[in-house]
Amino acid sequence: MSLDVARIRSDFPLLHQEQGGKRLVYLDSASSSQKPRSVMCAMDELMEHSYANVHRGVYAIAEQTTARFEAARTSVARFIGARESAELIFTRNATEAINLVAYSWGRTNLRAGDVVVLSEMEHHANIVPWHMLAAERGIELRWIPLTDDYRLDLTGLDALLAGAKLLAITAMSNVLGTVNDIPPLVAAARAAGAHVLVDASQAAPHLAIDVQAWDADFVAITAHKMLGPSGIGALWARRELLEAMPPFLGGGEMIRDVTKIGFTTNELPWKFEAGTPAITEAIGWGAAIDYLTAVGIDEIHAHETALTRYALDALAAEFGPRLSVYGPSTLEHRGGVLSFLFPEIHAHDVSQVLDEEAVCVRAGHHCAKPLMRVLGVPATSRASFYLYNDTDDVDALVHALGKAEQFFAL
Amino acid sequence: MAGLEDLYREIILDHYRAPRNRGELPVPPAHQVEGFNPLCGDEVVLYLDVADGVVTDVKIAGQGCSISQASTSMMSAAVKGKPVGEARTLIRAFKALMSIHESKIGGDDADAAQAAADDLAGVRLGDLEALQGVVKFPVRIKCATLAWNTLAQGLDEIEQGTD
Repeated sequence: MSLDVARIRSDFPLLHQEQGGKRLVYLDSASSSQKPRSVMCAMDELMEHSYANVHRGVYAIAEQTTARFEAARTSVARFIGARESAELIFTRNATEAINLVAYSWGRTNLRAGDVVVLSEMEHHANIVPWHMLAAERGIELRWIPLTDDYRLDLTGLDALLAGAKLLAITAMSNVLGTVNDIPPLVAAARAAGAHVLVDASQAAPHLAIDVQAWDADFVAITAHKMLGPSGIGALWARRELLEAMPPFLGGGEMIRDVTKIGFTTNELPWKFEAGTPAITEAIGWGAAIDYLTAVGIDEIHAHETALTRYALDALAAEFGPRLSVYGPSTLEHRGGVLSFLFPEIHAHDVSQVLDEEAVCVRAGHHCAKPLMRVLGVPATSRASFYLYNDTDDVDALVHALGKAEQFFAL
Repeated sequence: MAGLEDLYREIILDHYRAPRNRGELPVPPAHQVEGFNPLCGDEVVLYLDVADGVVTDVKIAGQGCSISQASTSMMSAAVKGKPVGEARTLIRAFKALMSIHESKIGGDDADAAQAAADDLAGVRLGDLEALQGVVKFPVRIKCATLAWNTLAQGLDEIEQGTD
């Protein structure tokens, strides 16, 4: 492995504990990531020395904190390749970012019969807001199906996109690990006259993304999956679109003027940031990006790819066909997320045994119930890797799975 | 820390591997009721034949984790052939078994603890005692109680004549 994982792990205090006398093995970063000490310290330092509300005070610490808050915004914007930070709207998380698009852009631009194209591998965050719009104003949803190799089946893409107004697609599946090639999808959508929203919640923490190279219209990301604190995420969107969209939430900060008769909106990005933002969390996110940048996102991606290869080989060697593993067979199309299932043992029971071995994985539908139906299973277990995982973690997973298989041997 | 043997007693695994009363009953005259645990996807389907106040037959179907399916199997064996009143007593007793741990943690809720103890008094749970270990794994309590809540719902629906 190219990363010095031991050194990286020393930066993550939570990973140093034992559970029941066993080393804690955290394999659930796809759900949420652990935080390095530098992120915790950045947030503590702000609260200890500088904290004040942003954009509201003219005293020294208020100006300091405002500057740091906006610097964090610029960090995030730069990290995803945005051309200007005014296009980076802070939200509570990626789910809220997608809801913002559905609410502000969707309600103004989509009418009964208009088509939104999704895929069968989407997370509920990129399904439910569109269902809500369908119920409210009769838009039609179409679904890009999957191939046998758990990738997008693009053979019928042009037909699906015919007359569509929006393509809403994930850059990386949180269940299958499938990495979708965005630029060709955007090109096909543009040719059909559709806008594009990309759910980059899973992708942004693990591989380099560039919203300008993608040429997308809306991109949703979240801090807690990329070493940052929970409670903050962002929507990146093109300036022209944001300027034309009505505001999302109403209140302070997003206004220019308020009278008894009405209000006018503030300029970007604050037009879409009502109320006091997650100030401390934004600073934490900035520190997380500094950490990722210092390690190198390409190095992280290479590390996870190697670890995924190791895990796929180890699982195949140990269990062969006795364990179903979901996701693309080639590494170039997949990231460090592995869903698996013993055909005769429920994912919940497997996770119970793994918990006994201090191995943390997720079991369930992973907020992707339509995908579970396509796979024909009620639930899977899922292990996911990040920069602080190594082959010892994979070995612990394989060992624990062996115990689970033995325990429930029919 | 509670061990797996507390949760997965041999009898539970036995009921999971070889569930009793698996199958269907013609509906009507039997009543079909479904229960669902959205957290992990456990599914319980019950077919209940109730005549003259007695649960004359019960069949079970569904899929899910070993705890939910074993509990369903054990429940079916416990209530089959029993009067409805006794079935309801068993439901209360089982839920009391699951909740006793919570009221002990709470400490202050002496009334709840007493009510639970009352529900359990004199009820012979038999095989169901094996599920007692579930209380050490609070996340799995919903798996164990799913079958019982579904049974209660089914009995209510039969009583109200809503088929």
